[in-house]
Amino acid sequence: MLHLQDITKVYRRRQEEVVAFKATSLDIGLGEYVAVVGPSGSGKTTLLSMLGGMLSPDTGKVWFGGESLYDLPINERTRRRREQIGFVFQTFNLVPYLTALENVQVPLFLHGVGKSEQRDRAVSLLEQVGLGNRIEHKPSELSTGQQQRVALARTLANNPRLILADEPTGNLDPDSREAVLSMFDNFVREGRTIVMVTHDPGAAARSSRRLCLNDGMLVTPHEIHTTKAA
Amino acid sequence: MNLKTLVWRELAERPSAMLTSTLTILLGVTALVAIRHVTVFSEREVGQQLQSLGANVLVLPKDATLQDYYSADLTERTLPESHVASILLENLPGVERLSPKLCVSAKVANRDVTLTGILPQSEFQAKSAWQSVSLFSNKHEGCKKAACGPKTYDAAPETLASERTIDQLKGNEAVIGADVAEFSGLKPGQSVELLGEKLQVLAVLPRTGTVDDSRVFAHLHTVQRLTNVGEVVNAIEVMGCCEDAAGGLVPKLAELLPDAKVVTISQVVSTQVGINRLMSQMSLFVLGILVIVGGASVASTVSSNVRERRREVGTLMALGATPSLVTRMFLLKAWTLGIVGAVGGSVLGLIVAMVLGSQWAGVTVQPLPDLIALSIGAALVITTLAALWPARSAAKLDPCCCFQEF
Repeated sequence: MLHLQDITKVYRRRQEEVVAFKATSLDIGLGEYVAVVGPSGSGKTTLLSMLGGMLSPDTGKVWFGGESLYDLPINERTRRRREQIGFVFQTFNLVPYLTALENVQVPLFLHGVGKSEQRDRAVSLLEQVGLGNRIEHKPSELSTGQQQRVALARTLANNPRLILADEPTGNLDPDSREAVLSMFDNFVREGRTIVMVTHDPGAAARSSRRLCLNDGMLVTPHEIHTTKAA
Repeated sequence: MNLKTLVWRELAERPSAMLTSTLTILLGVTALVAIRHVTVFSEREVGQQLQSLGANVLVLPKDATLQDYYSADLTERTLPESHVASILLENLPGVERLSPKLCVSAKVANRDVTLTGILPQSEFQAKSAWQSVSLFSNKHEGCKKAACGPKTYDAAPETLASERTIDQLKGNEAVIGADVAEFSGLKPGQSVELLGEKLQVLAVLPRTGTVDDSRVFAHLHTVQRLTNVGEVVNAIEVMGCCEDAAGGLVPKLAELLPDAKVVTISQVVSTQVGINRLMSQMSLFVLGILVIVGGASVASTVSSNVRERRREVGTLMALGATPSLVTRMFLLKAWTLGIVGAVGGSVLGLIVAMVLGSQWAGVTVQPLPDLIALSIGAALVITTLAALWPARSAAKLDPCCCFQEF
């Protein structure tokens, strides 16, 4: 599903160059649950941004579903992201002045779904994540666990094939963390691909494959494949 | 959920963030609408005054004032009637009509009235000496009037009220003002005794609200004969073919008639014209302020909104918002505050103009839809232009900022 070919991404600051990410080849297959681990500043978020079509590499190509993502015009790349990729953020990134329902409706509106269908699907998704009785609540009126569940419902709104998660359990209490990771297990069972950046060894252990990054390089010996029963 | 909801929810949640810009636009539009309304109605008032005053240029005795003329108090001061012939023979460009007048006191039904001798236009043609020149045919340079030249001189006598000249008036006829007709009960066809001579009432003039309502008009030569003053007049009203002609006539008439005073009617309202010009310039100044301050305020507000909303914009882009949608989102915010400011400012400006217009300029102000639409349009153009750059910079934001914490 995803293939990275001869990728380098370099950040330049005050005549100083830092290799943020470098990989000659990396494949992520359909339905894989990949955890990306590594110390802060090792290039995890850079990798996630490049996989999401939001950060073009300096060299190489990112193939997504057989298309070179960064050879597409920006609007086409945006469309791929809108239709096929879902994001989960550490701090949830909910729009603070919108209700839970409206937050879930945002990707549907961006996709051009009609108003009544937007509402029906958003209500259904919020019920799926156990927030059917909180649809009119704003993020500030929800606990962090509930906010992450709203964010997950928003991620699922356009039924993405690929979910890119950046520290999805980083701000959660143990119960909420477990709830989110269970949902991720379900997503994989449904055939979706997940690439999750995490510092949480427990969360990484739930994945089917782990990629270890250090100074922007994939540390091959630490790449661990598990045949985890879903 | 749609773009409008997204924008409206934010504005409703934090209206104070946009308040300064809205207030700036509102105050600018208020001032613009108020000043322009008062100016427009003041200019109309001046135009009506000019129209009601009639003649474009007046030739008066040297020591007379315009106030004397308009209060019909000119009995002591006279000009030779020959000045009329002098003006005609000179065939000055732009002159369309002449109306020499002589005012004396008389009584009708035991009440004081002003008896005004007037020379009918038909007599200008009758005088053989004047026929030797082509009367009233000399157009001034750049005249925009389609026809300029001799007329048929057969208009109804009632047109004296509006035209200030009469085409036909015999020596034994009189035309009376509305007030005189009212208190004397006189009607057309009846006789009225003036200075010991009976004259037939030719017409009653419609009410004008001016001193003419209490005048009786008779033939100039009849009034000269009845008062034994000789061939004199108190004033010669000179009608130019258009406003442009009047200005050019004054120096020529002054040169031609050095013993007379030549004034334009516009001098009567010169103060008001000056105030109008000042207010007109002031409205341009306000428009400039609105463009600079309002535009800067909108640009600053939208820029800071973009900075505050970076992660939100990044998240929307990650979720699939296109750059053009992000641009539209920030432009819609700017338009919303622009519309609120412009509509509010128009209403407030109109109220200010209606309340204070009568006090500032003595005019009654009514809404001018075109002006209001123009003000709202101007405010929207300014807000659009001011918000364009920050809105486009928002569209160029790196969507990766959705992963950053601020």
